[in-house]
Amino acid sequence: MKVKTRSLPVSYRLAVTSRVLAAVVGGYVVAALASVSLTMWLPMPRAEAVVTGMMTSFLVYLCAVLWCFACRSAWQAWLGVIVPSGVLAALSGVAYWLGQS
Amino acid sequence: MKDGFRQAMAWLHTWTGLIFGWLLFAIFLTGTLAYFKDEISHWMQPEIPARSVSSEASLALAQDYLQQHAPGASRWLIDLPSAREPGLSVRWQQLPAKQGERGQFTEKRLDPQTGTEVQGRETRGGEFFYRFHFQLQMPYPWGRWLSTIAAMVMFIGLITGIITHKKIFKDFFTFRPRKGQRSWLDGHNAVGVLVLPFHLMITYSSLVIFMSMVMPASILASYKGDVRAFFDDVFPASSVPELAGKPGQLAPMAPLLERAREQWSGGRVQRLTVNNPGDANASVVLVRDGADRVVHDVSSAVTFNGVTGQLLSSTPQQPVAMAIAGSFYGLHMGRFASPVVRWLYFIFGLASTALIGTGLVIWLGKRQLKHAKSAVMPFELRLVEVLNIASMSGLTVAVAAFFWANRLLPVEMTNRSDWEVNSFFIVWGLSVIHAMVRRGRSAWVEQLALAAFLFCAVPLLNALTTPYHLGTTLPQGDWMMAGFDLACLVSGLFLAWAAWKMQRSGQVPVATRQRAKPITLEREAN
Repeated sequence: MKVKTRSLPVSYRLAVTSRVLAAVVGGYVVAALASVSLTMWLPMPRAEAVVTGMMTSFLVYLCAVLWCFACRSAWQAWLGVIVPSGVLAALSGVAYWLGQS
Repeated sequence: MKDGFRQAMAWLHTWTGLIFGWLLFAIFLTGTLAYFKDEISHWMQPEIPARSVSSEASLALAQDYLQQHAPGASRWLIDLPSAREPGLSVRWQQLPAKQGERGQFTEKRLDPQTGTEVQGRETRGGEFFYRFHFQLQMPYPWGRWLSTIAAMVMFIGLITGIITHKKIFKDFFTFRPRKGQRSWLDGHNAVGVLVLPFHLMITYSSLVIFMSMVMPASILASYKGDVRAFFDDVFPASSVPELAGKPGQLAPMAPLLERAREQWSGGRVQRLTVNNPGDANASVVLVRDGADRVVHDVSSAVTFNGVTGQLLSSTPQQPVAMAIAGSFYGLHMGRFASPVVRWLYFIFGLASTALIGTGLVIWLGKRQLKHAKSAVMPFELRLVEVLNIASMSGLTVAVAAFFWANRLLPVEMTNRSDWEVNSFFIVWGLSVIHAMVRRGRSAWVEQLALAAFLFCAVPLLNALTTPYHLGTTLPQGDWMMAGFDLACLVSGLFLAWAAWKMQRSGQVPVATRQRAKPITLEREAN
């Protein structure tokens, strides 16, 4: 990211675009899933857990965005949002299933 | 790796700040003005008298008026006057013509002393700035989404700024004036660090305010898609008794105010809702004033039987999570603020605006230095320059134009309030064209000078068009009206100083080209 704006290689531009997408879209998915799993697992009345989950989600979003631009490569950026998404989705899924049965 | 991390964060700070900077500048400036929205509205509707009357007296007048004019309505709503909002407003809803439809609403403003109707000029007043700062004059819900996205970007910008700025306290004590680019950076850092808690609070709280709109996943998951059930849990509605079908005589409501105060250990009533006023089962819901405390709770209310005066219900205390969200909401809105705290809010808001403005100037200044020798500026730098000028000095001119339109448009004009808003946007649009036509520095100087003239002349314009000028408001001690005039005058002088500074620094050779002074302009751009 130290390269100057003049005559940037296409690969660099693509990598930046990829990071931006990972941060905006991937970050949102991680944040949303984090709010869901918090809501499911917090030992609180339902409405309070929802409010807590929503308030926390923005901090998760922030961290995800920072990660996407701090890591070494665009691939790592994607990995860094996909893996937590998977874990959080699994956690929410388990809680949902426990709640159903 | 550590250094690389900071560099990556600086990159993120630079580019998020640039792309959203202009929008954020407008949101923060109009949002700051919105802290005085009642005062601005009052100035823009000078016909409505500001009187201090006890709530009991104005409530009795409102009840008399409604009993005469709307005895058969299904619902009455009474907004009591407060220290900042002098008007007594009554609304009533007719019984719907058909089952399931919404009955028609009628609204009247009353003089809280005499109970007669008052007619103010048609205007959106300070409400315009308040609405613009989160709806951006866009159809629902796009403006709210865009402004919330901008808030998230601001949040990222603040955190990356803190990370980038390593020696946060050491640098704070270094201010190098008259050093061009360095002074701008020092100013940006100082204004950022000095009110950092405010920047963080205002930005994060704006996310909390719209969280159920932008982050609904957890509501959908845990309420199985039933969003209404969630809102019923968060904002418990007061249960209202059904229509009895027998006529009943509504008791005087004024004593209920005292009983509500007892319930809330001294809290004030802001609004009363009377359901089925002519019925034996009439009920009165008293809603607590948001200015009472920091924690915002829209549903804090007590309900009485309107005929017997018996206490029917009172909403429970907020749970902790809701109280935390409510306190972010309350801190953002600042309704609880006393005059001194309100001015602090205003100054801090201007500091946030200045933070954004200086950032934009620094971005351009750094890159312009490289092209200082050549005659033409690359297209992208010219674009940023035009947008900088129009979004900062152009916006202040537009704000002044909005106030001028309020005084100059004929009072009986149709769609008057729309034309006030139109003049704001027309002038803002013209400032873009002006910035495109003129060279950078001339455009800054001319727009700042115009804004300075318009603001300085506001008290004069007010004196020429209304009887509520400084000559009468100052001796009467009407600080709401006089304060607005004086604030405009001070802003105008500040803008004039900024224009003068800008003009002078332009005469210094190219090395210090980018020593514009918009920072001062947004600081006093009331």
